[in-house]
Amino acid sequence: MGKVKEKPGPLARRPDNSAFKQQRLPAWSPMLTANTVLPFFYLMALICLLLGVWLLLTVQSTHEIKKDYTDLGTCQLCHEMRKDVSNANKPCSCRVDIPVEKALKGDVFIYYGLRNFHQNLRRYMDSRDDGQMLGRQNKLKDPSTYCMPFRKDKDGRPIAPCGAVANSMFNDTFILKYHGRSGPEVVPLLRTGITWYTDKNVKYRNPKTQENFTLAQEFNGTAKPPFWGKPVYELDEHNPINNGFINEALIVWMREAAFPNFKKLYGVLHRAQKPFINGLPVGNYSVEISYNFPVQYFRGRKEVVLTTLTWFGGQNHFLPIAYLVTSSLIFLMAVGLTVVWWKYGKGGKNMKA
Amino acid sequence: MFRKKPPPEEERRVRANDREYNEKFQYASNCIMTSKYNIITFLPVNLFEQFQEVANTYFLFLLILQLIPQISSLSWFTTIVPLALVLSITAVKDATDDYFRHKSDNQVNNRQSQVLINGSIQSEKWMNVRVGDIIKLENNQFVAADLLLLSSTEPHGLCYIETAELDGETNMKVRQSVSVTSELGNQNNLASFDGEVVCEPPNNKLDRFCGTLYWRDKKYTLTNQNMLLRGCVLRNTEACYGLVIFAGPDTKLMQNSGRTKFKRTSIDRLMNTLVLWIFGFLVCMGVILAVGNAVWEREVGSLFQSYLPWDPPVDNFLFSAFLSFWSYVIILNTVVPISLYVSVEVIRLGHSYFINWDQQMFCSQCNTAAEARTTTLNEELGQVEYIFSDKTGTLTQNIMSFNKCSINGQTYGEVADPLGPQPKRLDFTPFNPLADPDFCFYDDTLLESVKVGDSHTHEFFRLLSLCHTVMSEEKSEGELVYKAQSPDEGALVTAARNFGFVFRSRTPGTITTTEMGRPVTYTLLAILDFNNIRKRMSVIVRNPEGRIRLYCKGADTVLLERLNPSNQELMNITSDHLNEYAADGLRTLALAYRDLSEDNWESWSESHRCADKATNCREDRLAAAYEEIEQDMMLLGATAIEDKLQEGVPETIAVLSLANIKIWVLTGDKQETAVNIGYSCKMLTDDMTEVFIISGHTVQSVRQELRGARERMIELSKARDGGKQEGMEGWGEACFTSYGLREGQEGGDAGGKQLGCPPSSPPPPPPPPTPPPSYLMDSISGEFALVINGHSLAHALEADMEAEFVSTACACKAVICCRVTPLQKAQVVELIKKHKKAVTLAIGDGANDVSMIKSAHIGVGISGQEGIQAVLASDYSFSQFRFLQRLLLVHGRWSYLRMCRFLCYFFYKNFAFTMVHFWFGFFCGFSAQTVYDQYFITLYNIVYTSLPVLAMGIFDQDVPDQRSLEYPKLYEPGQLNLLFNKREFFICIAQGIYTSVVLFFVPCAVLSDATQSTGVPLADYQTFAVTTATALVIVVSVQIALDTGFWTVINHICVWGSLGCFFAIMIALHSQTLFRIFPNQFSFIGRAQITLLQPVVWLTIALATAICIVPVLAFRFLKVDLKPQLSDTVRYTQLVHQKKRKPVSRGVERGWRGTNSVSEGRLGARGGSRRSGYAFAHQEGFGELITSGKNMRLSSLALATFASRHSSSWIDTLRRKKHTHTPPSASGESSPAPSSVSGSAPPLSNSSSVLGGSQDTPIEEETGTATAQKSQTVLTPSAQTRPAPASDSEDPVSQTPCVGVLTATAVRAHGGDSPGGWTITLGTVQEALFGWRARAVTSNNQASPAKDINQMEANLGHE
Repeated sequence: MGKVKEKPGPLARRPDNSAFKQQRLPAWSPMLTANTVLPFFYLMALICLLLGVWLLLTVQSTHEIKKDYTDLGTCQLCHEMRKDVSNANKPCSCRVDIPVEKALKGDVFIYYGLRNFHQNLRRYMDSRDDGQMLGRQNKLKDPSTYCMPFRKDKDGRPIAPCGAVANSMFNDTFILKYHGRSGPEVVPLLRTGITWYTDKNVKYRNPKTQENFTLAQEFNGTAKPPFWGKPVYELDEHNPINNGFINEALIVWMREAAFPNFKKLYGVLHRAQKPFINGLPVGNYSVEISYNFPVQYFRGRKEVVLTTLTWFGGQNHFLPIAYLVTSSLIFLMAVGLTVVWWKYGKGGKNMKA
Repeated sequence: MFRKKPPPEEERRVRANDREYNEKFQYASNCIMTSKYNIITFLPVNLFEQFQEVANTYFLFLLILQLIPQISSLSWFTTIVPLALVLSITAVKDATDDYFRHKSDNQVNNRQSQVLINGSIQSEKWMNVRVGDIIKLENNQFVAADLLLLSSTEPHGLCYIETAELDGETNMKVRQSVSVTSELGNQNNLASFDGEVVCEPPNNKLDRFCGTLYWRDKKYTLTNQNMLLRGCVLRNTEACYGLVIFAGPDTKLMQNSGRTKFKRTSIDRLMNTLVLWIFGFLVCMGVILAVGNAVWEREVGSLFQSYLPWDPPVDNFLFSAFLSFWSYVIILNTVVPISLYVSVEVIRLGHSYFINWDQQMFCSQCNTAAEARTTTLNEELGQVEYIFSDKTGTLTQNIMSFNKCSINGQTYGEVADPLGPQPKRLDFTPFNPLADPDFCFYDDTLLESVKVGDSHTHEFFRLLSLCHTVMSEEKSEGELVYKAQSPDEGALVTAARNFGFVFRSRTPGTITTTEMGRPVTYTLLAILDFNNIRKRMSVIVRNPEGRIRLYCKGADTVLLERLNPSNQELMNITSDHLNEYAADGLRTLALAYRDLSEDNWESWSESHRCADKATNCREDRLAAAYEEIEQDMMLLGATAIEDKLQEGVPETIAVLSLANIKIWVLTGDKQETAVNIGYSCKMLTDDMTEVFIISGHTVQSVRQELRGARERMIELSKARDGGKQEGMEGWGEACFTSYGLREGQEGGDAGGKQLGCPPSSPPPPPPPPTPPPSYLMDSISGEFALVINGHSLAHALEADMEAEFVSTACACKAVICCRVTPLQKAQVVELIKKHKKAVTLAIGDGANDVSMIKSAHIGVGISGQEGIQAVLASDYSFSQFRFLQRLLLVHGRWSYLRMCRFLCYFFYKNFAFTMVHFWFGFFCGFSAQTVYDQYFITLYNIVYTSLPVLAMGIFDQDVPDQRSLEYPKLYEPGQLNLLFNKREFFICIAQGIYTSVVLFFVPCAVLSDATQSTGVPLADYQTFAVTTATALVIVVSVQIALDTGFWTVINHICVWGSLGCFFAIMIALHSQTLFRIFPNQFSFIGRAQITLLQPVVWLTIALATAICIVPVLAFRFLKVDLKPQLSDTVRYTQLVHQKKRKPVSRGVERGWRGTNSVSEGRLGARGGSRRSGYAFAHQEGFGELITSGKNMRLSSLALATFASRHSSSWIDTLRRKKHTHTPPSASGESSPAPSSVSGSAPPLSNSSSVLGGSQDTPIEEETGTATAQKSQTVLTPSAQTRPAPASDSEDPVSQTPCVGVLTATAVRAHGGDSPGGWTITLGTVQEALFGWRARAVTSNNQASPAKDINQMEANLGHE
C-alpha cells in the first residue's frame, strides 16, 4: 500500500485502490433467515434436553445427608452456653445421631455448613494478609493494615494469622462414629487433601528463617488471633506437618465463600480399613461435636453434611433442572417462531414491501 | 493571543503614512489567529477544556473518591488508566488540529504584500501590515486588508475587483478612488500623503461604508465605492494603491466569518443526556443499596460485629450506609463507560479515514481527494435533513457556454442523439483565425449557415458582436481578451467571435469588428443600458453604409411584446424554441433589431438628450425614452446559454431529495439566475404544484406573502386530495378551482392577499401572530417550492416572523434564497437549527459561505476552486458537488449505522457487566464487594471487549455502498433517528440488565451447591468471580457476533482475539509468578487454571449464554421476518438474487452516472410551462461607463467624439444608485411577475409592478379603474386617467380570468378592513403564475379556459 504513494501526474493524490481503504474487504454478512434460525432453535432445544437428562441421571446417583445441629438435641445446651461470651473458653461437646439408610458408596465427604455467615463482606474479605500467610517475615512481624482491627493484640504483638477472616475460623470439631454390630467405631477421616492444590502448595507457606527452628519458634513473638483457643502452630494435634499457615482447615476457611450460606470440606472418609473400604455402610452414625463456634450472634445455623460425589460434583439439582426448563422454553419458542414464520413471513413475504 | 480588548470603538481614525499616530488607537494588526493554543498554554487550556466535559469531571471525581480508603471498593487504577487514556488521546487530537490551524494561519499571515514605507515599496508579510499603511496591489492579487482605494493605474482611479470570496458574485465590480487621491498617482506623491480618515468602527456590512477623508483642510465623503475589501481579487487593473483602514480581525471578511464553534453531533448530545440519565440511575442504585446496607447493618451487621467490627469512623449503621453509597457509586461507575468517549473518537477517526481514502470521491481533474477535516461529525452525516447550498462554484462551475440558438425560426445546437457517440467539436480555426480555441459547439449546420451567408444568421451574430458592454483587449494581433461584466455576455460575444463576427475594439463612439474576415467600424450612437426593470439592452449603431439600426437583446417576456406585428409567425416558432431551451434549464435571450431612419434617430436622440439632462426623475424619463424607441422591432432569434452545472448535480439533487433531504439554495445571485439554476439542476421542476416567490419589501408584505403561500399550500393539497376522488385531472384545474373556492368562501383578509392587486386591496389587519398548527403544515401534500429574495429574507428573519417563515419554507420541497448576504446565509441556517431540530449541512466554496458553513451542523467546502476560505472553515471538503451524495448516503449512513450499533452494544455490555454487582449486593450485605476481581474490572472495557465492538463500529455495513445509492430511502432511519434514540437505549439497557440477572443468578444457583470432583466446594468467591467473568465475556462476545453484520477478517481477528486475550490475560494474572511478587495484589492465584477445568463451570457458562442469547435471537428473527427494515429487505433481495444480480430498482436508476433517466423525465415535462431563462447577471451603468469613455485608456480616448451627453454624469448615476440602493432595485425585483418564473403574463405583471411602487412602468391598465375606486387606495394618476387599452398583443383568453379574479379581490377587499402598507404580495406572484398557467392551458387545451372562466364566475356568484 505504501509504495505507490508518490506517483506523478494528475492522480498523484488518488487514494490507493486497496480493498481495505475502499471498504471492500471480503466479508461474510450473515442474515437471520428462517433457514438458519429455526433449525438452530430446534437443535439448541435438543442439546439442552439431552444435557439436562444426562445431568439429572448423574445427580440422582449421588447421595447426601444433611444435619443441622445448631440446637439439635444435646447441642441445645452448648448453643445456650455459647450465647454467653464469658464462656467462650469453656469446652462443650454434644452428639448428633445420623442414621444412614442407604449406603454411601465410594468416597464420602464430610462438610460443615454455615448459614447466614457473611464471608463475602467487602471489609471482611479484605481483612487478611496474603503476604503474611505466604510466610513473609516482614509481614509476619508487621501485618498489613488491611487486617485491622485484628492486626496486633493489646500488647502490640502482631497477630498471626492476622485479620478478621482468620480470626473467625470455624473451630468445631467432628468425630464421626459408626454404631455397627461391633459397637461404636470411629470413622477414620482424612483432614488433609481437602484444599486446592495451589493453595496448599503455593499460596500458603510457613515462615522459614532457620533450618532448625520449630514451627513454634518461627511464630515466636506473634499472638494468636483473639477468638482462637490454640495458636496457629498447634492447630492439628495429630499431624504435626499440618500446622501453621498450611493447616488445611485454615486454608479451607481462608478461601472465602461467595454467599452467606456455604459448606466447606471438613474431611474425607479414609477408606483404608473395613467396613469403610467401599464407603459408609448402612447403619446408625453419630457425630461427636466439640461445640466451639458461636453462631447465635448472627442468627446463623451450623450443619454437618455427608455426601458422595460423581465427576460432576455433589448433589446439585439446579443445573439439570435448569437445562430441562431451558430446553422446553427454547422448544416452545422454536415452535412459536415456526408458526409465525409460516403464517406471516414465509418466502420473504414481508420483504416485498 | 489574549490581546487586551480595547473599549469598543466608536469611530476609527486613521492617518496615512503615520504609524505612530495610528498606534495610539491600538487597532488590531493584520495578523489572523484562528488557532486556540500555543505551546505553553496548550496543556492547561486543553485540560481545562477537557474537564469541562461532564464525563471527564465525573471520572476525576470518582478517582478522588477512590483515594478514600473507607470508601474505596476498587483500586485507584481501575479509573485512572482509562481516564488517562481518554485525556491523552483527546489532547493529541486537539494538538494536531490546532497545529494545522497554526499552519494555515501562518500561510495566510506570511503572504507577501508591498507596503509603501518611507517613500519606497517594501515587501512585507501580511501580518505586518498596519492600519494606516499604504500598500500596492497588483493584478490578480488578493487584497490584504480593507483598503481605501487611493489611486490606480487605470484612468480616473478606477479599478476592477472580483468579490467572489466575499459575496460569491463573480462578475467584476468597479471601484473608484476619490478624485483628489487618484491624482496622486505614483508612489512618491503617495508617500507624502497624510490624509486622515474618520470612519465607522469595524462591522460586518459588506455593502456599506461611510467615512470622511480629511486632507488639506478639505473633507471628502467616502463610501463603499472607494473601498477594496479583504478577500477581493484585483482584476484587469495593473496596480493600485490603497490605505489600510481595517486590518486582520477587523476586516469585513473576518467580521463576517462568525465565531468558530465547537460542533457536536446530535448523537453526542444524546449520549451526554443518556450519560446523565445513567448517572441518575447510578445514584438511584446507590441509594437502594445504601438503604439496603443500612437495614442490613442494623439487622445483621450489628450482630456480626464480633467477627467484623465497624471501621473506626463508623459508629452506626447510617454512617455505614452513607459510606456504602459512595462505595457503590465507585463500583457501579462502569455503567457510564469511561472508554465510551475514546471508542467513539476512534470510530469517528476510522470513518474519517475511510472518507479520505474513498477513491470515488476523488476528483482526477483537480487531483483532490475528499477530506474529512473534522473527525467528530461523521455519524451526523447520516442524519442530514436540510442541505444549504451555495450556487456559484458549488452547483455551477460558473462557466457560461453558448449552447443553442434559434435564428429565424431555425434552431441550432441541438445534439441529434444524446445517446449516440459524442459529436465532434467544431473546429473554427480554418474558417476564422480569430476564433477562440476554447469555444465549444457541436452543430455544424450553424457554421454552414454562416458560410453560406444566410443574412439572418449574419445579422444575428452581428447583433451579438455589437450589442454588449464588453471591453476587449488585444495584446497582440488576434489574441483577444474580452473583459465581460457578466460571464453570459462574454459567452455571447465569444460565440459571435467564433462564427466570424469578431468584436475587436471599441471607443466611446465606435465599435470595430471583423465580419467574416472584413474589418468594419460601426459608429456607436447610443447604448440603451440594461437594468432590472427593462430586462433588455440595446445599442444604436450606424454602419459604414450609413444605415442606422437598433439592436436589442433582452428577456423574451419584454422583447416579444415590442415586436412588429409582422413577426407573429416567427415569434410563435421562436417562443416554442425558447420554451424548449428554458425547459432544458438554459438561460435565454431574445434578439431583435429595428431599422431607424435618420429622422427617427434625430428626433429620438433629441428627446433622449432632454431626458438625460433632466434633473428630476432622470431615470424614469430615460426609461420612457428608451421604451419609445425599442418598439416595432424585428425578431432575429434567440440564444440559449448554459450556466454549466457541475458534473452530476441534477442527479445528485434528485437522489438526495429521494432520500428526503430538503435542499435550500442560498445564493448572492439574482433571483432569475437562481431560479434558472434551480430548474436546470432539477430542484424546481415543472411537476411542482407551485413555486412561490416572496419578494416583499416590508415586514407586512412579506408576512402576507408567506401566509398566503401557506394557505395556498393547504388549499392545494386539500384540492389535490379531494381532486383525486372527484376524478379531476390536471393540477392546473385543481388549483384554479380551489383558488376560486377559497376566494368565495373565506371572508377576511387572506383572500385579498392572495390576489395581491395591491393598490386596490385594503391594508391587512394587524397580523394574527400564530402560524398555523403544525399538523396542518405536516399534512401538506404536493410539491412546492419557495423563492425568496434577500430583502424579503431580511424581514422574514426578524424575530416575530421567524416562525412564519420556517413553517412556510419547510413545507416546501425546495427553497431558493437569492441575493442573500453571507450573514443571512448563516441566519437562515441558524433559523432551521433553532426551529426544526434537524441536522443541517451547508455546502459552499467561497468566503461568503464561511459563516453558513460554520453555523450549520456540518459544513462542507468545495475545494479545488480558487479560494480556500470555505475549505478552511469546513468540516468536510471535496471538489465536486456530486460527491455529496456519496458522503451522505454512503459514508454518512454507514457512520450513523455503525455509531448506533456501537452505542447500543456498548451500553448493553456495560450494563450487563455492572449490574451483576447490584444483584450481588443483596447477598454480600450491601458491603460493596465486587463480583469480579479488580483487574477484570480495569481491563473489561479497554481490552476484553473493546476491539470487537470497535471493529464493528468501524467496518460494519448493512448493505453495500451501491445499494445505498440505489435506494436513497435507506437514508431515512438516520433522519428519523431510529437506530439510536431513547427507546433503543432503554431496550439495550433492559437487555443488559436481563443479561446481568442471568449472569449472576445462574452461577449463583449452580455454584452454591457445586463441588469439584475432589469434593472441594466451588462456592467460594474466587471461583464465582472467574465463572461470572468468563460467562460475561462469552455472552457479550456472542452478542457482538450477533450484532456484527459484516464479518471481515478484522472482525474475526478482533472477536476471537479478544476472547483469546481474556483467557490468556486471566491465566497470566492468576499465575504463580505474579503472586510471588505481589501476594496481596494477585490473590487469585491458580484460580483460572482450576476453575476452567471444571465441567460444572462450563455447563454453567453454556447455560447462561443460552439463556441470554436465545430470546435476543428470537426477537431479532421476528423483527426481520415480520417488520423488516428497508435495509433488511435489500439484504434479503441481495441474498435471494445473489446469482442473477438484478436488483429491483426502487430509487433512481443509477447514481450520477446514469443521466439518461432524469433527462428523459425532463423531456416529458417540457412544454408544460414557460420560463424565460433570462441571462443578464450584471449591474447597469456599464453602458454609461463606456459611452463616457471613462474606462478607456487615454490613447483610445483621443478618438472619442461622442460628446452629445453629459459625460460627467455616469459616475454620479452610479453613486446615486449605490446610495439609494433600494428604489431602483426594488422596483425591479419587487415585481415578481415579469420575473423569469412567472413568465409571460403581462397584464398581471404590470399591475403588480405598480403595486411594487415602480410607477415608471407605464402599463397598469388592467388593474382596472373599478378596482381602484372601490378600494379607495392610491393609484398613480396616470393609471387612473388612462383608459384600459388592450395595447399589448395579449390574447384575450388569458386576460379574462385575471380580470375576473381581480374584481373578486376588489369586492372582497372592500369588505375587509385590513390596514395598508403592503406593496406587493405573494398574491401577485401567484396571480402571475396563474396567468401563465392559464395561458399554458390555453395553448394545450382550448376548452379549459372557458371552464376556468365559468369557475371564476361561479365563485363570484357565490360571493
